Amino acid sequence: MSVKKFMYINRKAPYGTIYALESLEVVLIGAAFDQDVSLAFIGDGVYQLTKGQNTEAIGQKNFSPTYSALGDYDVNKIYVEKESLEERGLSVEDLMPLTYEDEDDDWAEKDSIRLLSRAELADIMEEQDILFSF
Amino acid sequence: MSTLHTVNKSPFEKRSLESCLGYVKAGSSVLLYEDAVYGAIKGTAIAAKMSAAADVKFFVMGPDLKARGVSEDKLLDGIEVVDYAAFVKMAAENDRVQAWV
Repeated sequence: MSVKKFMYINRKAPYGTIYALESLEVVLIGAAFDQDVSLAFIGDGVYQLTKGQNTEAIGQKNFSPTYSALGDYDVNKIYVEKESLEERGLSVEDLMPLTYEDEDDDWAEKDSIRLLSRAELADIMEEQDILFSF
Repeated sequence: MSTLHTVNKSPFEKRSLESCLGYVKAGSSVLLYEDAVYGAIKGTAIAAKMSAAADVKFFVMGPDLKARGVSEDKLLDGIEVVDYAAFVKMAAENDRVQAWV
């Protein structure tokens, strides 16, 4: 079976709705199928990756640490849209550092997050075989 | 006399906060909770509209800020952080509650 390009598009903030957590669950399940996987965070989706989340007082599970594990599942193309960060007064320093170990480069630790413009992301979306929307 | 307006949706996804700001009158209160807490942050595309609301007292739900990793130093000036008990008290003390769901 040929490898297909799968992109998961995340457009919702965490906790207010179930979309962000459901997307993460599907990504982790999908990681077992050895496809070419990428995640896009656009619009309110960028809030999923912010640092310092602590859900103790709202009685929900804090699933933000799970994003750090994606690199271990060969999910290392995490695209974050610049315009979406700017509209929300955020910069990449407000996001959790996400990394992976590159097996083609002596397991060097590299950043998974790639900041892209809306136009660049639109081009990458058009290269995909399958788009999952959350 | 006074109204407590509540908003719980992200201002970048829905128009609820902007609709609320269009109706809120001087002397009233607006409580931002759940995903609406993103509207209370400095330097966003909605911040100017928040700051333009005259004589309106803004409150934001602390537990929802913490869940989303928003520290209080990132909030617009003059916004008061409250907890669930304060929400109940405000609902009781105001003459009515208008929920912009």
